[in-house]
Amino acid sequence: MATTATFRIWRGEGASGKFVDYKTEVEEGMVVLDVVHRIQATQANDMAVRWNCKAGKCGSCSAEINGNPRLMCMTRMSQINVNEPVTVEPMRTFPHVKDLVTNVAWNYRVKMKIKKFTPRKPDAPDGTWRVQQSDIDRVQEFRKCIECFLCQDVCHVLRDHNLHEEFIGPRFFVYTAALEMNPLDTESRTKDLRENDGIGYCNITKCCTKVCPEEIKITDNAIIPLKERVVDEFFDPLTMLFRKVSGK
Amino acid sequence: MAEFETHEFDVLVVGAGGAGLRAAIEASAAGVKVGVVSKSLLGKAHTVMAEGGMAAAMGNVDDRDNWRVHFADTMRGGQYMNNWKMAELHAKEAPDRVRELEAWGAVFDRTRDGRILQRNFGGHRYPRLAHVGDRTGLEMIRTLQDHGIHKGIDFLMETTILTLLKDGNRVVGAFGYDRERGRFRLFKAKAVVLATGGIGRMYQITSNSWEYTADGHALAFNAGAALLDMEFVQFHPTGMIWPPSVRGILVTEGVRGEGGVLKNKEGKRFMFDDIPENYRSSTADNPDEGWRYTQGDKSARRPPELLTRDHVARCIRREVKEGRGSPHGGVFLDIAWIKERISNAPEHIKKKLPSMYHQFKQLADIDITKEPMEIGPTMHYVMGGVLVDAETQMSTVPGLFAAGECSAGLHGANRLGGNSLSDLLVFGQRAGEFAAKYAKENLAGTIDTAEVDWAAKKALEPFDRGATGGNPFAIQYELQTTMQNLVGIVRLQEEMEKAVEEIAALKKRAAKVGAFGNREYNGGWHAGLDLGNLLTMAEVVAIAGAERKESRGGHFRDDYPNKDPKWAGLNIRIDRAADGGVKVTHVPVAEMPPELKQVIEENK
Repeated sequence: MATTATFRIWRGEGASGKFVDYKTEVEEGMVVLDVVHRIQATQANDMAVRWNCKAGKCGSCSAEINGNPRLMCMTRMSQINVNEPVTVEPMRTFPHVKDLVTNVAWNYRVKMKIKKFTPRKPDAPDGTWRVQQSDIDRVQEFRKCIECFLCQDVCHVLRDHNLHEEFIGPRFFVYTAALEMNPLDTESRTKDLRENDGIGYCNITKCCTKVCPEEIKITDNAIIPLKERVVDEFFDPLTMLFRKVSGK
Repeated sequence: MAEFETHEFDVLVVGAGGAGLRAAIEASAAGVKVGVVSKSLLGKAHTVMAEGGMAAAMGNVDDRDNWRVHFADTMRGGQYMNNWKMAELHAKEAPDRVRELEAWGAVFDRTRDGRILQRNFGGHRYPRLAHVGDRTGLEMIRTLQDHGIHKGIDFLMETTILTLLKDGNRVVGAFGYDRERGRFRLFKAKAVVLATGGIGRMYQITSNSWEYTADGHALAFNAGAALLDMEFVQFHPTGMIWPPSVRGILVTEGVRGEGGVLKNKEGKRFMFDDIPENYRSSTADNPDEGWRYTQGDKSARRPPELLTRDHVARCIRREVKEGRGSPHGGVFLDIAWIKERISNAPEHIKKKLPSMYHQFKQLADIDITKEPMEIGPTMHYVMGGVLVDAETQMSTVPGLFAAGECSAGLHGANRLGGNSLSDLLVFGQRAGEFAAKYAKENLAGTIDTAEVDWAAKKALEPFDRGATGGNPFAIQYELQTTMQNLVGIVRLQEEMEKAVEEIAALKKRAAKVGAFGNREYNGGWHAGLDLGNLLTMAEVVAIAGAERKESRGGHFRDDYPNKDPKWAGLNIRIDRAADGGVKVTHVPVAEMPPELKQVIEENK
C-alpha cells in the first residue's frame, strides 16, 4: 500500500538555504528518517543528515518536522498527512551546518561548566554505597535523557532571545537536577543555578516537556524543584536574616 | 601535497563508545596527552543501544556467584574457543569496573538492601547483570562521557579515520577527515587504540547503528595486524520484524530474563523441544520451574528461553522454516502472559522494560503489556576482531591496540549477553593503561608524507567522478543482500564462495563510486569511503566462514551441522597477504592451565 509523498527538505548552507521538494514512495510502517534516507540514497546523495541508532536511543536525528521538533526515527509516516508536502528542516536554535545538520557544540561546552558529580565517602568497607531504589527513581527519570537537544531547540529563551551565554537551557537543568538530587552527591550547584545558569529566565511554559521524546517531566520534576531550591537558599526570610546576623 | 590540520597526542583513541572512553580515561589518568576521535557526536556511539546490562560476578543478588562461575559460563558460552586469559581477567576485574562506574555517577537499579541490582541473562548461571531498566548502555556511556570531559582529554567529534600511518613496523598515527567541514586531519600519536565496534552494516537485518562499518577491523588489517575468529558472527534471537522499516531493531534479552517466553503460531513454547546436552542439567524442564527462576527462586533452573543466543536463534529459524512462524516470518515473544502470575503486571513490565514498551508502542502500535511481540533473529555482534595480547590489548603491530567489539578473544565462538558492556570496561581500561605505558616508553615516530598524500588523493577521487560515478548507497545495499543471503545465520560452502565472488565484483564497482556537491557533511561521499572497510571485512567473514568446516557457536552450517573435534582446538587467523589478499592460517587455541581446567570442571 505504497503512497506517494512530497518531502520539502531544507537544503544548502547558511543564507543560501532553501526548501527543495522531493517526491518519493512511502510504505506502511516507515518513519520520517526512512523516507529521508531513501531520498538521500536515490535522489540526493550529498544530503547532510545526522543519525545513528534509528531506534530512539541516541538522540542524533533531531529535526523540525512540519514545524514540530521531533526525532526523525521515531516519527511514523502514519502520524503525518501525506496529502500535503511534509516539511523537514534542521533545529533552528543552533548554528546551521548544512541541510538537516546543525552545530550543537554549544551544548557540550555548557555541560563542561556544570560542577561534576562528587560522591560522599562509600558506605561500606568494600567501597560501595547503599541506596534505596525509591531515593533514585527521580534521578533515573532524568538520566533517561538521550541528549537530542530538542528541549533546547524549542526553548524560547534560547530560540527567540538567544541568551545562550546566560542560560543553560532545559537539558542542563535536567542534568543539574540529576546531580543535585543524587543521594550520593555532595556538591551544591544552587548558587550557579542562580548566578550563572540563568534559571530565573525560565517562565515555565513547559514547551520543553512537550517535545521530550523520553517523556521526562522537565519543567515539573527538574526545573521547578531547582527554582525552589534557589528560592529557599537565597530568598527565604529566615535564611536571609541568619546570613545578615552571622555574616555568612 | 595534501592540506590538513595536524594534532599530536601520546595516545590516540579511535572510537568513543564504552571501550574508547574507558581507554581514554585510563590513559589520561596515567598522565599522557590523549585524543579521542569519534565518528559521531560524543555520547551517541552504539554503546547507547545496549539494553540488558553488564555482567559482573558481584553476587549482590545470589551470593553463590563469583568470578569462577562467571569464567566457566563465559568459556562454555564461547564453546571453549575463547582466549582463556582474557576470560579470566574479565571475570575477575568486571566487578571493580562496575563499582567504579557507580563512583563516577552511574545510577544503577538497586536491591532491597540498597546494593546494585543484578538480573538474569542467557548463559549466566546466576543473576549477574548490573543494569538500569533496559537502558544500561545509555547509563554507561553517559557516565563515562560526563566523567571523561573533566579529564583534559581532547575530543574530536564527527571525525572519520581513513588509514593508520606507520613508521617501519610500528603504528605512529592516523589520517582522517572531519565531517562538518570535510577537511583532512593528521594525527601523530605514539600509540593508537582502536575501539570502533563492529561490522553490522554489512548485513541487511541488523541491530547495529550507522557507525558499524568494520572500520577498526579494516584499519588494523590494512596496517598488517592479524585478525581472529572472523567467522563467528552473532545473530541475536530477538529483533523486531514488523513493520519492515524497523526490522532488526533489538528487543532486549531482558524481556526473557523478566519472564518473557517464546511461542510459535500454535501457541506452543517450542524452546523446551531442543535443549543442548551440555546445558540440560542447568535448564528447567517445565514452565513453572522456568518462571520461578526468573523470579529469583534459587532452587529453580533457568528456562530454555535463556539458553545461549546462537542456539535460541537457530530454534526460531527452525520454527519459521517448518511453517510454525508468525505472520511476518518470526515467532512470538510474550511478556504480557505474566499477568497470570503477578497482579500488577502492566506496571511491572513498564518499570522493568521501559524502552521496550516505548519502542513497540511507538514503532509498531503494539502494547507489550497486552499482546505478544513478533520477533526474529537480527545480526548483532561479531566475536572476531583484532588479535590482541590478553593483558595489554596490543595487536600484532607495535603501538596498535584494540578493545571492545573490534578486538577478538574474550567471547570465543559465541558471546553471552551482558559480557559485552563488561568487556568494554575491563579491556578498555587495560588498553588505556598499556597504550599510555607504551607511549611513555617510545618516542614519536616519523610520518611518511607520501602515505598521507596518497590517502588524501584516494579519498577525493569520488569527487573527480562526480555524479557520473557509481552510487555508493546502491553498492552498500547490494552488499547487505549478499551477506544476508549467503553468509547469514545458516551457511553453506557454495553460498559463501559465491559471496566472495560477489564481493569481488562489488569491490570493482566501489572503486568507481562518485560523489557530488561539496565536501561539507556529505552523506554520499562518506558512504563511499565506508565501502572500502565494509567490503574488505565482508570478504574476510565469508572466507573465514568457508574455511571452518563445522558448526560451532555463531557459525552454523547446513553442510556441516555438527561440531567437529578436529576444529575444536583451532582458531582461524586472518592476515593481509603480501599481494593485498587474505591469508588464512589455523592457530591452536592456547591450553588452559590446570587450575582453570579445574574451575571449568567444578562448574560443569
